[in-house]
Amino acid sequence: MTVLYSILILTVIGLVSAVLLYVLLQKFKVEEDPRIDQVQEVLPGANCGGCGSAGCRNFAERCVKATSLEGLSCPVGGAETMKKVGAILGMEAAESTPMVAVVKCQTVCNDRPTSNKYDGSMNCRISQTLYSGESTCPYSCLGFGDCVEACQFGAISINYETGSVVVDADKCTGCASCVKACPKHIIELRKKWPKNRQIYVKCTNEDKGAIARKDCPNACIGCGKCAKVCQFEAITITNNLAHIDTMKCRLCRKCVSECPTGAIVVENFPPLKTKEDEK
Amino acid sequence: MKTFRLGGIHPKENKITASVPFKYVPIPSEVIIPLDQHIGAPAVPCVAVGDKVKAGQTIGNPGGFVSAAVHSSVSGTVKKIENVRDAWGVLHNCVIITVEGDDWMENIDKSDTLITECKLEAKEILDKITASGIVGLGGACFPTQVKLMPPKDAKIDTLIVNAVECEPYLTHNHRLMLEKGNEVIVGVKIILKALGINKAIIGVENNKKDAIEHLKSLLPKYNTDGVQISVEALKMKYPQGGEKQLIHALTGRVVRSGAIPAATGVVVQNVATVFAVYEAVQKNKPIMEIALTVSGKKVANPGNFILRIGTPLADAVAMAGGIPDGTGKLICGGPMMGRSMISVNTPANKRTSAVVMLDEKESVRGKETNCMRCGKCVEACPMGLEPYLLSKMSKLKMYDEAEAHAIFDCIECGCCAFSCPSNRPLLDYVRLGKAQVMAIMKNRNNK
Amino acid sequence: MYISPSPHTHAQGSVSRTMLNVIIALVPAYLASLYYFGIGALIVSLISIASCVLFEYLITKFLLKREPTISDCSAILTGLLLAFNLPSNLPWWIIILGAAFAIGIGKMAFGGLGCNPFNPALVGRVFLLISFPAEMTTWPRPIPFNLHYLDAETGATPLSYIKEIAGLDVDSTSSATAIKSATTAFESVPDYLHLLLGNIGGSMGEVCAIALIIGFIYLLCTKTITWHIPISILATVALFTWPLYAHNPIIMADPLTQIMTGGLLLGSIFMATDYATSPMTHWGQIIYGIGIGVITVVIRTWGNYPEGMSFAILIMNGITPLINHYVRPKQFSKL
Repeated sequence: MTVLYSILILTVIGLVSAVLLYVLLQKFKVEEDPRIDQVQEVLPGANCGGCGSAGCRNFAERCVKATSLEGLSCPVGGAETMKKVGAILGMEAAESTPMVAVVKCQTVCNDRPTSNKYDGSMNCRISQTLYSGESTCPYSCLGFGDCVEACQFGAISINYETGSVVVDADKCTGCASCVKACPKHIIELRKKWPKNRQIYVKCTNEDKGAIARKDCPNACIGCGKCAKVCQFEAITITNNLAHIDTMKCRLCRKCVSECPTGAIVVENFPPLKTKEDEK
Repeated sequence: MKTFRLGGIHPKENKITASVPFKYVPIPSEVIIPLDQHIGAPAVPCVAVGDKVKAGQTIGNPGGFVSAAVHSSVSGTVKKIENVRDAWGVLHNCVIITVEGDDWMENIDKSDTLITECKLEAKEILDKITASGIVGLGGACFPTQVKLMPPKDAKIDTLIVNAVECEPYLTHNHRLMLEKGNEVIVGVKIILKALGINKAIIGVENNKKDAIEHLKSLLPKYNTDGVQISVEALKMKYPQGGEKQLIHALTGRVVRSGAIPAATGVVVQNVATVFAVYEAVQKNKPIMEIALTVSGKKVANPGNFILRIGTPLADAVAMAGGIPDGTGKLICGGPMMGRSMISVNTPANKRTSAVVMLDEKESVRGKETNCMRCGKCVEACPMGLEPYLLSKMSKLKMYDEAEAHAIFDCIECGCCAFSCPSNRPLLDYVRLGKAQVMAIMKNRNNK
Repeated sequence: MYISPSPHTHAQGSVSRTMLNVIIALVPAYLASLYYFGIGALIVSLISIASCVLFEYLITKFLLKREPTISDCSAILTGLLLAFNLPSNLPWWIIILGAAFAIGIGKMAFGGLGCNPFNPALVGRVFLLISFPAEMTTWPRPIPFNLHYLDAETGATPLSYIKEIAGLDVDSTSSATAIKSATTAFESVPDYLHLLLGNIGGSMGEVCAIALIIGFIYLLCTKTITWHIPISILATVALFTWPLYAHNPIIMADPLTQIMTGGLLLGSIFMATDYATSPMTHWGQIIYGIGIGVITVVIRTWGNYPEGMSFAILIMNGITPLINHYVRPKQFSKL
């Protein structure tokens, strides 16, 4: 008998709960555009905020509400994802260039000249609000890994042997979380070339040449040689610092050999043919 | 004896220089005077390279309502006006002057005679304070004239003079009260006149008994015509010198979140500021010099110094016997709230109040271990916050929750990190979170 | 030069110093238990401490692959407290099992020191109490400088006597034999002096009230703990048992006996005050203490177990996060 009672009571409780849940569901139902769910489905779901929205759901809502997809792009999924979104919403997806993050400081953290020893919390922002850093160069990377923490895709790591910050271009989606996280503003988004090739000024020092040189052997001293040699007018010098416009650069590599301090770096290129090779 | 109610700690006082009289640091051959020695807009330079300047001459005009004038502390030629890095690698626009002799502006009274009479009207006093570039010398460097012009709806009834000096090692306020007691009290009277009120309380911590006695013995002379200045000895507890804590300790009034002290009818001025007001109003002397305690357990001749603004701190340190061997940390200010410096080759300015040198062992932080939830930080927090929770929220970027737990109330006194047995860097993260939350709140208010 | 954000000084306290303070405070009670339970107490405590430290080392080193944290002394404290809660004639393998449970499940499974929701020593003890009820409730008699370990002479604790009395159906006053046996049983309950000195049966660390109180005073003097938790527990127990005692003195022990028996003093001074598992604010601590007091008396009076301190503390440990959530410190700006 007891067993029967137990089963009966449990069944009744279950039924009552089910009815209650159903009634509540109907009562508090929120009408939503079903396309939001569809759009969210095709988004990568990283919730990185690289698009400027608060997560993928928010981005999907914005896409559905928008009259055109101009200015809306998912940095993680790239053109492919936006094409799918466009197909769902019956709109033309805007063209977007895939981007990749580069760290513009090359003094290998463990080798650089230092003037002090930081003993606070290992956090770039905390160190930054206090002072300019362990290095004598006030623009240099602090090396506590705020960018590593910010990256949702595991694309940035600190090489603990050298102390330098490395971006894995294959994993990087160009979401710009690290750019926002870096208090020194030394991370830049650049156009993603095939085979992850890249040429850029790996320095952000705006001091005058002599001072910059003293702080770091590889600093950009703003001499302007690279700007003169560039055929595409891609290089500009502002505040003693050269900058290569990533959209104008054609990867000709002429500026690289011109740079007296080695501040311009090339990545993932085959070695240049020297005159000896040609012979 | 009065003190504030919540939290507080008792760090070792180490007031080794309490009985060392002030010494003057010689004028260097070149001074570097920053144009942003205060909160608010930097001063705008009004001299050009090559100009001859006299000591006390204005070289920078206030750059806005919340700003202060900057004066030359020496006589000589303006060599350069450029950006100079300070001891923290931060750029400041500075006027660099090559020193030639010591020629002061004619209207400055260089004598030591005490002038007790002040016949000026409130407006004239404020104008003189503005012209003299006076800022709060307790560390915040808020322009004094702004503080002395409280909002119309605030009914000010009391002036509180902050002579607490609760930071360990620091003694220059103590020496000032002993050596310039009369001047300080006249300064209080001048500020009372500027505010149009009669009541002032000078709050002093009880470890400065001689200063309390000295001021008490001088007071009857000055308490005339309805003026009531009193000296109140306070039970020792850090951070009593915090504005909110001091107001609470002396009057029992509470400054609410985000409110200014004037909302409770109180204006607080540091004792060094009061002295600067006396010099500005009675002697026409702008802020040209600052008082500096140079101290440390192993320092050869620790002492209190007076130096011209723009003099490298290294000069004062050299007079104190130089940086002792085995020094691990140089602190600009006291060990609780001061900032550690890379070197002492940085010009003295209105923000500088002390150079404390800690030896290697004291300066390295202990190893951080797990939080054992002992609640010592909660007990120590003078603002009644929960630092262990706030630092965790800040670390996890939970800014909404941090705001709900009143992170913006934090006064960054360091009691939490001081008392943590697990050596956790509580304040590091609370400070970071506070800055973020304040930015978020500001953004929201602008919208 | 070192650079760090302020503050640049520190109170010089550390986790290991805090733990050592508690261990020092436990020394008088430990000496008392060595005196009363002799070699058994020594063996039990050594096994318990050694296995707790060992388990913590092994778990941090090989399972969590972290730097071992045994240098903070918290494992030693857990081991000592666990031993204090065991009878001194417990077989060695049961102790090791208890230590493994206390450190492994009670502490490290949650992330180590400070992250554990329940007091690890009590988790171990309650685990043993449920798993080995017979072994855990045969208490050796206190015989000074006893050289017996497993074969020690056993007897009952004061609380089990009292429970026995309550078990007799004394309300049916017609039964003369019941009253008679109740009176004889009551005569077996030791007087205050014995309770104070600890000349009674029980877990090895809980017997000597005076030694525990000395430890309490030491903890208060070194500011390791505040009075709020222990006093609120003791006051609640006293206030709650007093009307019960007044109502029926035949089946209830008086408040003072209640306080001095069982794990009440040990629990309220050393176990309930564990930092990680007790509330942060003083008001929260008082609520927590009252909760423990009430639950203890309820279990002692109406429950099956003769004493309920361990369960009461564990239950209130579980409620601590809730107390922390609702009882917040008074903010300065809301004074």
